[in-house]
Amino acid sequence: MKYVSEYRDKDLIAPLIEELKKIECGPLRIMEICGTHTMAISRHGLRSILPEDLQLISGPGCPVCVTATAHIDGFLQVAERDGVRVAIFGDLYRVPGSTGSLARCQSMGATVDVVYSPLDALTIAREHPETMVVFLSVGFETTIPLVAATILEAERLHIDNFCVFSAHKIMPPALHALLGDPELQLDGLLCPGHVSTIIGAAAYEPLVKEFGLSCVVAGFEPLDIIQAIILLARQKSEKKVAVDNAYGRAVSWQGNLRALKLMNQVFEPVDTPWRGLGVIPGSGMAIRDTYLRFDAEKRFDIVLQDAPEPKGCLCGQILKGRKAPLDCPLFGRKCTPMNPVGPCMVSSEGTCAAYYRFESKG
Amino acid sequence: MRSDVKKETETIQLDHGSGGIASQELIQNIFLSPLDNPILASLEDSAIIDIGGTKLAFSTDSYVVDPIFFPGGDIGKLAVHGTINDLAMRGARPLGLSLGMILEEGFPLDDLKRVVASIQEACGNSGVPVLTGDTKVVPKGKGDKVFINTSGVGLVDAGVDISATKARPGDAVILSGSMGDHGITILTQRAGLSLQGDLQSDTMALHKMVRSLVTELPEAVHALRDPTRGGVATSLNEIAATARVGIELDESRIPLKPQVEAACEILGMDPLYLANEGKCLALVDHDMADRVLRLMRSFPEGTDAAIIGQVTEGPAGRVVLKTSAGGSRIVSSLTGEPLPRIC
Ligand code: SF4
Repeated sequence: MKYVSEYRDKDLIAPLIEELKKIECGPLRIMEICGTHTMAISRHGLRSILPEDLQLISGPGCPVCVTATAHIDGFLQVAERDGVRVAIFGDLYRVPGSTGSLARCQSMGATVDVVYSPLDALTIAREHPETMVVFLSVGFETTIPLVAATILEAERLHIDNFCVFSAHKIMPPALHALLGDPELQLDGLLCPGHVSTIIGAAAYEPLVKEFGLSCVVAGFEPLDIIQAIILLARQKSEKKVAVDNAYGRAVSWQGNLRALKLMNQVFEPVDTPWRGLGVIPGSGMAIRDTYLRFDAEKRFDIVLQDAPEPKGCLCGQILKGRKAPLDCPLFGRKCTPMNPVGPCMVSSEGTCAAYYRFESKG
Repeated sequence: MRSDVKKETETIQLDHGSGGIASQELIQNIFLSPLDNPILASLEDSAIIDIGGTKLAFSTDSYVVDPIFFPGGDIGKLAVHGTINDLAMRGARPLGLSLGMILEEGFPLDDLKRVVASIQEACGNSGVPVLTGDTKVVPKGKGDKVFINTSGVGLVDAGVDISATKARPGDAVILSGSMGDHGITILTQRAGLSLQGDLQSDTMALHKMVRSLVTELPEAVHALRDPTRGGVATSLNEIAATARVGIELDESRIPLKPQVEAACEILGMDPLYLANEGKCLALVDHDMADRVLRLMRSFPEGTDAAIIGQVTEGPAGRVVLKTSAGGSRIVSSLTGEPLPRIC
């Protein structure tokens, strides 16, 4: 796939790094909101080539990581029910809740299907009419419209043995809650390309106004990321704050209105807990009453129970950009991807996982 | 919380079969100390037994792949090629195989015939016969269609001494062809993804190519590994740890088919961790690397062989990747069954 390789070519990247180094903006503190960026930065070894006074701080954008223990515990409860099989994206499989993980549930007899799309879960439901198939869904604006489409499809096909446990979250309210933190001292945000294809670059305008932060939408290839950092550096050197779109090949100003409409048809905003950030008003997406019968929480009468974060785990602080993985005394010792204490160590987009795999020998 | 997490390690988890760190821990903690002996402890692809000066290579492997038929092969071919390759990785000439089959009640006879025909073909092509066998049937639901175990014996010629312990600083690291073909084929089959460009398992016997390496360039090859489960990343970590050396890889030189790269992007997989069933890593004397490469490329099994990196002084056990983007980062062992994600 030439398409990918070009965006990773050091002959194209090296001159950009030179260009970046020439911009006189002083030290630069940037938060990459999204876990996919965190992973890409580590996986391509970008820290080793970026200027030393550039700090990249991970933010709250790993959907599995921000899922509160309360939700994970709810997932485990559902998985343990008789006559139920749960379907998940692979990321969730090893995430620890208060009483273990879905991996453990499976080794004790529960059925856990790793699927690639919520529609696959619907297919499983059609193939197994005798079992209730529950899609345990975490994700942001990129995932939610797909889940909405799946629910509408289930309704159209009159499939009764399918429902969704929604731990969905939307990004803008969380950013509002987070960026008020004066300790962060950020210059700008690297905004996630995939979420932005749905919500549009315009969604970051309020952040620019309210917090005076530069926002640049970026794709996930090394070239995309570095180009976006250059735009952030330029804004700082020119004492300007604005939304810039460095991912024009995928992201529009308005976003994907059809996907947003689909999402809002099936889901409505609710208050929901985030790991590390607490309950954020209007940041969750719950299934509307019209589609009640597809709501696993209602069908199984699940009431989320407050649950403490794993002892000693700094995931909550890391998601807020206040700490880095190496600040955690458990990192690489008690906490490894094999024996994770917190979700940041197991999610494929988790900051601790990225550091463990790519940045330090654990 | 901690005690609950602990509990999780008290039953067998899928990760224990991943070929990564969990598998290594299981082997170290559960098998090695009670069964300890120097040959087993070497943890090479096959054991070498010295019988009055004749060196016999002995290896065993079990196959539980799902689906059992996939583009480019099936469980039968894997079972033959896999054990032949384990023998070849010590420079042995494979003599013959055993074949153990565990069949699930209800498994269609036609499918079984297909698997056996494929075993016949693989044995015929590689010139390594099945010499003994066994069949068991388990009740429906107690197995999954068919599980196969093969063991193999081979002879190691005098003077041939290939082992992970032999890797040394300066050695070139050669990969015999493109990475991840088998692993991604299985994953996309399971996902029911149909992707552009055909993905095919690379299942293949490598003993003929290895044979010619050890006879024609006897001093050149220090260590060989077939990067099956856990992929290139895990195999190189094992070698680096065993030989107490470092390894530096150059991402842009690692052969990777465009369709494999594309599928990895879609599924969020890192091809360094994907299984290969017809590839080997060869750590060879730096000065002879080009000759090894030329010889490998003269075989159909090695047409795409490439030098992908080199062995360094260390730190011992550390594998580093120089990325295509010009950066560098650590390559660790596989830490769990690779699970795809889409978001
Ligand atoms: S290293 Fe583990 S315990 Fe520490 S913050 Fe990360 S996930 Fe939590």
